[in-house]
Amino acid sequence: MTAPVHVAPRPRLGRVLQQQGALIALVVLVVFGALRYGEQFATGFNIQSLLADDAKYALVALGMTFVIMTGGIDLSVGSVAALGGVVAAQLSGAGLLPAMLAALGVGAAVGLANGVLVARYGLAPFLVTLATLLVARGLALQLADARSAVADPASGFQDFGRWSLLGIPVSFWIVLVLFAAGALALHATDFGRHVLATGGNEDAARLMGLPVDRTKVAVYVLSGTLAGAAGAFLGAQTGSVDAAAGQGWELTAIAAVVVGGTLLTGGVGSVFGTLVGVLLLQLIFNLIVFENGRGVIEISSYWESVIRGAFLLAVVLLQVRLTRRRAAPT
Amino acid sequence: MADAPLLQMRGIDKSFAGVPALTGVDLSVPAGEVRALIGQNGAGKSTLIKVLTGVHRRDAGQVELDGRPVDFGSVHEAQRAGVATIYQEVNLVPYRSLAENVCIGRAPRRFGLLDWRAINAEARERLAALDVHVDVTRPLHEFPIATQQMTAIARALSFDARLVVMDEPTSSLAEHEVGVLLDVVRRLRDSGVAVVFVSHRLDELYAVCDTITVLRDGRCVADAPLAELSKYEVVSAMLGRALTESERRGRHVGAARAAGAPTVLEARDLHRPPALNGSSVSVRRGEVVGLAGLLGSGRSETARALFGADPVTGGEMRLAGEPVAFSSPRDAIRAGLGFNSEDRKADGIVPDLSVRENLTLALLPRLTRRGVVDRGRQQEIVDRFVARLGIRMASPDQPVRELSGGNQQKVLLARWLCTDPRLLILDEPTRGIDVGAKQEIAELVDELADDGLSVLLVSSELEELINGCDRVVVLRDGETVRELAGADISEDAIVQAMAEGSAGAGEHGDA
Amino acid sequence: MPETVSDPAATRSPESAAAATGRRGAVWAARAQRYGAGVLLVLLFAYNALATPNFLTVQTLLDVQLRQAAPVAIVALGMALVIATGGIDLSVGSVMAIAGQVGALTLLAGVGPVAAVALALLAAAACGVFNGSLVVRYGVQPIVATLILFIAGRGIAQLLSGGRLTGFRDPAFQFLGLGRVAGVPMPVVLMVVLAAVLWFVVRYTAYGRTLLATGGNPRAARLSGVRVGRVTMIAYVASAALAGLVGLVVIGITSASDANNVGLGLELDAIAAVAVSGTPLTGGRISVIGTLVGAVVLRLLQNTLIAQGVPREVAQIVTGVVIVIALFLQRRSR
Repeated sequence: MTAPVHVAPRPRLGRVLQQQGALIALVVLVVFGALRYGEQFATGFNIQSLLADDAKYALVALGMTFVIMTGGIDLSVGSVAALGGVVAAQLSGAGLLPAMLAALGVGAAVGLANGVLVARYGLAPFLVTLATLLVARGLALQLADARSAVADPASGFQDFGRWSLLGIPVSFWIVLVLFAAGALALHATDFGRHVLATGGNEDAARLMGLPVDRTKVAVYVLSGTLAGAAGAFLGAQTGSVDAAAGQGWELTAIAAVVVGGTLLTGGVGSVFGTLVGVLLLQLIFNLIVFENGRGVIEISSYWESVIRGAFLLAVVLLQVRLTRRRAAPT
Repeated sequence: MADAPLLQMRGIDKSFAGVPALTGVDLSVPAGEVRALIGQNGAGKSTLIKVLTGVHRRDAGQVELDGRPVDFGSVHEAQRAGVATIYQEVNLVPYRSLAENVCIGRAPRRFGLLDWRAINAEARERLAALDVHVDVTRPLHEFPIATQQMTAIARALSFDARLVVMDEPTSSLAEHEVGVLLDVVRRLRDSGVAVVFVSHRLDELYAVCDTITVLRDGRCVADAPLAELSKYEVVSAMLGRALTESERRGRHVGAARAAGAPTVLEARDLHRPPALNGSSVSVRRGEVVGLAGLLGSGRSETARALFGADPVTGGEMRLAGEPVAFSSPRDAIRAGLGFNSEDRKADGIVPDLSVRENLTLALLPRLTRRGVVDRGRQQEIVDRFVARLGIRMASPDQPVRELSGGNQQKVLLARWLCTDPRLLILDEPTRGIDVGAKQEIAELVDELADDGLSVLLVSSELEELINGCDRVVVLRDGETVRELAGADISEDAIVQAMAEGSAGAGEHGDA
Repeated sequence: MPETVSDPAATRSPESAAAATGRRGAVWAARAQRYGAGVLLVLLFAYNALATPNFLTVQTLLDVQLRQAAPVAIVALGMALVIATGGIDLSVGSVMAIAGQVGALTLLAGVGPVAAVALALLAAAACGVFNGSLVVRYGVQPIVATLILFIAGRGIAQLLSGGRLTGFRDPAFQFLGLGRVAGVPMPVVLMVVLAAVLWFVVRYTAYGRTLLATGGNPRAARLSGVRVGRVTMIAYVASAALAGLVGLVVIGITSASDANNVGLGLELDAIAAVAVSGTPLTGGRISVIGTLVGAVVLRLLQNTLIAQGVPREVAQIVTGVVIVIALFLQRRSR
């Protein structure tokens, strides 16, 4: 009997595109922007405002990445961000730290509710988080009296939104640190591997004796907490949080996660890819603004969502091709 | 080898909702021995394995491991005690690397973080010990099933498993891969591991197993060194056939019934590896042809291929002499075929729909005028078949899931009969239903054939094949090995062919 | 056979399964799931009849409660079709915006109200074909497939509008939103007529039967000759067309198409209405009347709370809680 030597196929173009396509597109667009719009595009101001804007979406998308990797989904993040932002703004008088912690706490609480309902009671994630979307939004509107919650101008709350280090806003530094931590957790801790195993084959994960339910609760808590933080960032950036803020963030985040190469069926994901996805989707908007600034042709900013949708379509079709090949007998 | 067996199960009882699945089953395996566990569908193999590995709790009996009584509450507990299970379908995480699949749950660490270098090294080593030399950092799903199986085994051994249960590990493997797996089983045995090996391929059992336990209807009907039992005896024990009955013969009238009638369907040399490797079958008008074979011999696969449910990679089919190729069941239905699948729940009933809708589902296109269902005709047909088949229910509006298994089966039979098919393919039509309903269905098939319907009857029950069929085609490893007609149909002949192929028997196609 | 009976409750109805195992709570859960929305409707109705002044007038009932519920209800009917196949349609809000914009623009282009409506519905149906193709041909999960148009669809509508309110005057067209038939507001008429049509389709046509078979057991349906892909495709197209129609109703009411806001968030309201009606998201079941009741109940619940001085925001919380309760009942009764 000869020894079976199976050589796994080399990565194909499709796989490279799926995993790194967003990064390639991002690089191409940055180079394009720098060449076409020159210094204006590369100014500190533009980069700063772009990154400060991205920070909150990135936080939400980071949590969503983990949820999706377990095979779940979290629709409540936009509302939770609004709730967290309102709470943070209202408590801003007590100082930056208590305000931030309160926002995180509120987010974690909603996340815990999601996680318990999904993991412990086996309810459909889509509907559970749809319900908490409504509840969290209702609470935000109630707390803010259906208006904007304005941060205490005397507090240091808004300073946070203005701090920057080496030309990059502090909020984005925090995002970078969190993404690095997320990537590390995914790659090199049991938690990360449990997340991927749960999403990849839940039954197998249980048979392997992995803590599937605990992992699920954890990812929803993480997602809620980060969404709360995103709300606080929004408040610090603008000085007030509209109780209606964050609408549609959940779907933007899902799009960024998918564009970044994470499979919606769970089990495969990239934290770094999500960051690239967020930057890419926001950059499209930025470039449209610049193009219009040149005044040669007018590109409506509405192209933004159309292009986002097109990106999502391309990524989804690419994923289909790859997973089909997997399903085919080898 | 060892004096006290490593595993000793005694008097195991287990029932579900009052229906006994296991009654007083014993199983013992010493270290360094491979024990075959075999039985038909529903004989209780899976239940026994699940009791052993902590999926189900037993109702009565003892399990001892290494002389100590054990009672596993979960798979995890069993795993920790050294009992590992390799399932038929690989139960690993497809997108993760081989290394991770081997090590997850107890991976080596450095500074609190996973040490990938050590993980990969360990996995490489463990797989190499099984003679698998591959890049362990590639995801599992990129490898052939055999390598995936090996990965599962490597994982099991990494938990220092002393008892490895293999539940049909070879059913999705190609031939050369099977050889590798059997080598591994031998090596496990030689290193002192006890193995319980479930398979339906007798050749494999004889190649690696030392002893055998045969289950039938939840009871242990044979427990012996394998060398002392012939294949014929194993199959006989499994099918519950007393040797004294071997004179029982098929119905001679049957042969006369179909003799000279035109061939309705003829399939030659169907291929769909690994399940089908040249199966051929033909059915004449008014003939009941049985399709026999052990589990995994390609019976159901042949049926599905004929009906266009799964594509074939080779072979040809003729319907009334004309070549046909069905690309979907819809095509087959239009051409006058009906197919009652083996798995009533997964492929048959639509549980929430009423008896009426389930019964007329395949007939809908013909019941519909301008998109609207002709309720009058529908009701008429439902009434007719409910009466004809004796379907017992509260009303035709009752959801079909509320009916008993036998009545559900009759609804499904009616689904096809009402389409007035030329050929009806029945895959295990009497599985899981009570004796009374079984008898009724057998009689019905008989009547239908007398009225000129052609039936292809897939069955694992000898009695059904012998009493109900005019001709029996026997498959083995996806290939037609024997064809028996009229007076030649006997339990003896069928069992012989199932167990040993065409050796010693006449040419096939002699009807 | 022993192995097949390991889960005896799995194949029986919620009620009989619950009764067999003698769990009284589960029996009640099953009943509450089936009739909960209806009971809630009756209770709300009775309460309002007593507590809310002028509630029991034609004016309040037709022009306020039902008329407000109608758009969501019609979209929910299409959603129920898609959910019956085991899918979901997130794009309905965006499709409403597209249809509304196409309707307004073609009307302004002078094609006449009939052609405008036809073209708008065609545009909506095309969106449905897009969704359906992704689901059927490419096997994309419905959530993702319809997320694409959810995101891009509104952008397309906004591009068509140039971001401006597209106003128009056309009494015949506005009839869709503002007209009355025998004193009944047009949206309510449409809701009732469409529900009746759908009820008929589900109950009496081959399509209805194959729809439930497809969602209930796609493998069995395929083996019985059902064209599973086609059935699913039709559900997505119908959902999009109904959403398109509601888009036209909405712009008919305001005499202007506002691509930024038409249909915003409606997908969630529609899904909630279906969920409250006790229909599981797993497919194979549909309740046309239940969906209607679900949409009306959610609206009535909000209006009642608001009328009682409960802030609008809190009313939204109650909707969320009602959905969770509905989910729990579905789970308990299993």
